[in-house]
Amino acid sequence: MKTPMSSVLLVLLASFIGSFGAVFLKWGAGSVSRNLKTILLNWRLAMGVALYLFSTVFYLMALRQGELSLLFPMVSLGYVWTLLWSKLFFGEPFSRRKIAGLALIFAGLILLNHGRG
Amino acid sequence: MSDNPSAEPAHTSFTFSYRQSLLLVFCCTLFGGVAQYLFKLGTTQAFQAFQAGGVNWIALCTDYPLWAGLSCYGISTLLMVLALRDGELSLLYPVISLTYVWVMFLSVLLLHEPLTFWKVGGVTLICGGVALLGMNGKKAAQ
Repeated sequence: MKTPMSSVLLVLLASFIGSFGAVFLKWGAGSVSRNLKTILLNWRLAMGVALYLFSTVFYLMALRQGELSLLFPMVSLGYVWTLLWSKLFFGEPFSRRKIAGLALIFAGLILLNHGRG
Repeated sequence: MSDNPSAEPAHTSFTFSYRQSLLLVFCCTLFGGVAQYLFKLGTTQAFQAFQAGGVNWIALCTDYPLWAGLSCYGISTLLMVLALRDGELSLLYPVISLTYVWVMFLSVLLLHEPLTFWKVGGVTLICGGVALLGMNGKKAAQ
């Protein structure tokens, strides 16, 4: 079964949406304490979870057509987005190691897409 | 944090040794890999249930691979959280990459997808990248 471009794009969209889930979780985690209310009534945490669920829907749509062995590794693009948002929204510094890790992931994604045929 | 360095961490009544954390992450990757396989099996029926202007609840509720996949995914996430609580991120992160290996195995063996140079090369690079990103966490924590 050949993997269509539409499935690849859906996985990339899912990884993009999911990466914002992490941003909201991080944002919401700051105000979490031992009090259960600070978790359950935390709209940022709820938003983070909702975004994760939303991204899962797109991922499952992608899986309908195409190879799992190709589409699943492509979710790793999410690491690239997450690092970008960490820098943009939380001011976390880039390091050489992070950039090298991102470059490896990117190169891997290019190989995978090239092998799609 | 604590005045007494030998006291147990305040967040929990029990802790995992490094070996136990490693085992937890290993199990997490197994469940994660199986979850992906089950997702692939269940996804067609899941979306068929939403066709023709309504929701076919019976089709959705009897999509057993999907629900089994979601359960495995949940267990996998729980195991990872437990492992990361006490284990060092830099040592555990490379193990998480094993999920890619299991998914490749399952896809080739059970879904009969072709194993190609491009896939193996791509996944190897991604595993290396993920491991590198994890190592960063150690430096940041120290």
